[in-house]
Amino acid sequence: MAHLPILQVILPLLAAPLCLFLKRPKLVWLFACVVTALTFTISVLLVQQVTSTGAISYELGGWAPPWGIEYRIDALNAFVIMVVSGLSAVVLLAARTSLENELSSNRQTYFYALYLLSLTGMLGILATGDAFNVFVFLEISSLSAYALIAMGKDRRALWASYQYLIMGTIGATFILIGIGLMYQMTGTLNMQDLAERLPEVAQTRTVFVSFAFVVVGVCLKLALFPLHLWLPNAYAYAPSIVTAMLAATSTKVAIYLLIRFTFTVFGLSFSFTTLPLNILFLVLGLLGIFVASISAIYQQNVKHIFAYSSIAQVGYMIVGISAGTAAGLSASLMHIFNHALMKGALFLALAGVMYRLGNVQLKSFQGLGRQMPLTMAAIVVGGLSLIGVPLTVGFISKWYLVVAMIENGWWPVAILILFGSLLAIIYLWRVVEVAYFRAPNKDNESVKEAPLGILIPTWILVLANVYFGVDTRINVQIAQLAAENLFGIVP
Amino acid sequence: MVGVVVAIIWMKDLIAVVMLLGIYGLLTASFFMAMDAVDVAFTEASVGAGISTLLLLVAIAKTKRKEHPSRHKPLLALLVVLVTGGLLIYGTYDMPIFGMADAPAHTHVAQRYIEDSYDEIGIPNIVTSVLSSYRGFDTFGEVVVIFTAGLGILGLLSTVNGTGTRKKLPTINDSIENQHIVLRIVGKILIPFILLFALYVQFHGEYGPGGGFQAGVIFGAGIILYAMLFGMDIARRVISQSLIQLIAAFGVLLYGAVGVVSFLNGGTFLDYNVLLENPVAGQHLGILLIELGVGMTVASVIIIIFFNFAGRKGPQQISDDLGA
Amino acid sequence: MLIGHYNYWVVVALMMLGFYIIIAHGNLIKKMVGLTIFQTSVFIFYISVAKVDGGSAPILAEGISQYSNPLPHVLILTAIVVGIATTALGLAIIVRINEAYDSIEEEFIQQQDNLS
Repeated sequence: MAHLPILQVILPLLAAPLCLFLKRPKLVWLFACVVTALTFTISVLLVQQVTSTGAISYELGGWAPPWGIEYRIDALNAFVIMVVSGLSAVVLLAARTSLENELSSNRQTYFYALYLLSLTGMLGILATGDAFNVFVFLEISSLSAYALIAMGKDRRALWASYQYLIMGTIGATFILIGIGLMYQMTGTLNMQDLAERLPEVAQTRTVFVSFAFVVVGVCLKLALFPLHLWLPNAYAYAPSIVTAMLAATSTKVAIYLLIRFTFTVFGLSFSFTTLPLNILFLVLGLLGIFVASISAIYQQNVKHIFAYSSIAQVGYMIVGISAGTAAGLSASLMHIFNHALMKGALFLALAGVMYRLGNVQLKSFQGLGRQMPLTMAAIVVGGLSLIGVPLTVGFISKWYLVVAMIENGWWPVAILILFGSLLAIIYLWRVVEVAYFRAPNKDNESVKEAPLGILIPTWILVLANVYFGVDTRINVQIAQLAAENLFGIVP
Repeated sequence: MVGVVVAIIWMKDLIAVVMLLGIYGLLTASFFMAMDAVDVAFTEASVGAGISTLLLLVAIAKTKRKEHPSRHKPLLALLVVLVTGGLLIYGTYDMPIFGMADAPAHTHVAQRYIEDSYDEIGIPNIVTSVLSSYRGFDTFGEVVVIFTAGLGILGLLSTVNGTGTRKKLPTINDSIENQHIVLRIVGKILIPFILLFALYVQFHGEYGPGGGFQAGVIFGAGIILYAMLFGMDIARRVISQSLIQLIAAFGVLLYGAVGVVSFLNGGTFLDYNVLLENPVAGQHLGILLIELGVGMTVASVIIIIFFNFAGRKGPQQISDDLGA
Repeated sequence: MLIGHYNYWVVVALMMLGFYIIIAHGNLIKKMVGLTIFQTSVFIFYISVAKVDGGSAPILAEGISQYSNPLPHVLILTAIVVGIATTALGLAIIVRINEAYDSIEEEFIQQQDNLS
């Protein structure tokens, strides 16, 4: 169908206000699940279309770009769209059960509507080919995220959400400044058009500043060290479903945006020669990996452990981009896919723990291996994937990343990446050790396994972790195709 | 304007800060007028100087009035600000001179809007043409943003609707309210005109400054004025909470429906040319409908925001929330 | 050259003042005010870009041939609405924070969090 690109975004968008017409939260949840499942189906169709026939362009309003807004789907964003919509659909399945203990029922309808809007915002950023349109949908996804996080039970969720709001809005405003400067120098907002016109004015200081602001703004959103301060608390205190969804999707969308602006709009030659971007990303990425992984080791709250782990994983992705080669970029893209699966599974498992225990403090995990065997097993498999053990999806991206580093001649970096895995083993072992090798707490004796409503979606993601670790056609091939496309387009 | 901002930095009384911000908003709106940006000036005046001030005041009423004279971290902040500012000024060196007619910004995409919009869309206000048609999808996103904010506020501040017994409506002439009787009478006279003006702005937006957003804001402000003068209880009875939420949702759906009908009729999403036999008439219809959707959602969200802020009872609210 | 860019420098000054308020002040509402000033100054920048010397407001009328650029106007209309949406949501969070922490000063909130 020719209208797939716009349906991808419109479906969850229009479903959100429709939620307000359905009165009972259970009904709203069911409706939202159907909508997200359909959205995922569309994304798969889009991937099929793009891999067989090439990039798709859709003119909104019937006006040709650059006078109208264009949706442009190529292998890169089709891939990320599939990841985002798929994860959002699976995580939502667990929401009905998880929210029973985390949110009062009169607020649940708003929750689901905001969840759909958050998905809409992310898909809108991914699908569009117009720079200002990115800003608008960025704000949709950000505002809904701030609201969702603030709906957490703990009052610290409010403070975390406020900090995220301030930092996120500064980031979005920086991006707006960058877009304004770009417009001032070229007269257009369409990304393809900008790519053609920017080289003429690339030597001006204004364009340089524009690039700087866009990059800094996007890096705030993707939690690149040292702009990552908002993430740990936001992930730890938000409702568990929100954490699972955001961890799997929102930073990925920001990384997509970075790649899109760096490679497509500004162009490879500009991006890596004007600003010493590859060195900058390499250094900040590595710092992110190490500082975050070490911080993770010292946390008392298990959600904090995995939140810091997410910051570290973003570091890996940035290091891949910094290589400046198709191999490095495709490794990062693979990691987008794989990390989404890993963290989605881990945080859903934690949602199960939260449901039964009411908190996720490490000391409450004592003996959980026996009391909640399936949930803990999910955490173990997810953790193995994080470390990069063969047969899991995490191994695939680590492998390709290390290979890309070696191809570049960056042996020390490859070794550092392996060392990062070692750190992951340490913080994972802390959780495993407490859960399996200690006796349960007195007050937690009656704890049972997580309810099926949460357990099933968790295990769907866990099994996906293993499946895609063995059958790597989808994640590897599409990622490589996308990366090669980006390098082919750039002069 | 710089002076106003410096004053804001110094002042500790938040209400004074908000008033200064209102002045800043009006100065900005005047600046926009001087820059020929009439629609923007209109919106900035109503939103930046009007609604923004109102919301801040309500928020202060629900929290604290004075800023604590705490130690700031001026050194680090100053450093960050100087670096960022320095970078921006560095960037201005290669910018086209202010006002130059042949700057790239004016000669590429914008040319067509100025030259061809009358033939393609048929309305004099070029800003409305671009906003509602050429870049109509951005405006759709904008409506969704405001809807999202409304939902967020509902998710955070809505109180459990009491199904308690109907209280007797306090009569207007109660002794305490006598002091405000002048306000009430003037209000009763003015409010219908305010609402009428809002409708005028809504439908006249194609010919002069105006359009859905500004109209929605003015309409919402009129209702808020009513609520402030006559009390929240009466306002709540006049404007049912659940109806307002449905209207907000409906505005978004109306906008989306226009788009869906467009692509069902053979065009792409939001292509108004295919709505009617004559493309230009189709443009008019499309713009009319979407602006209506915009106005509905904006007005209702502003009302929702105000009602939910004003309805918060303070610290005792927490126990209500936890109990639910 | 200096005069041509003076306009932009004032905008940068306003932007940085707003930015400063956000970072340096601990009061949550003041931070939101700073955010508003920061965003509004970006709007002023865009609208300055749109101005054409000798042009008039972009509403087609008899006898006028030179118009100011309508595109940035459209973008800023959208941005103003986004700004107010963010402000409203931020204030809602502040109201809830005040109920939960009985304070809207950053250091007191962090103190209470560190104790728990």
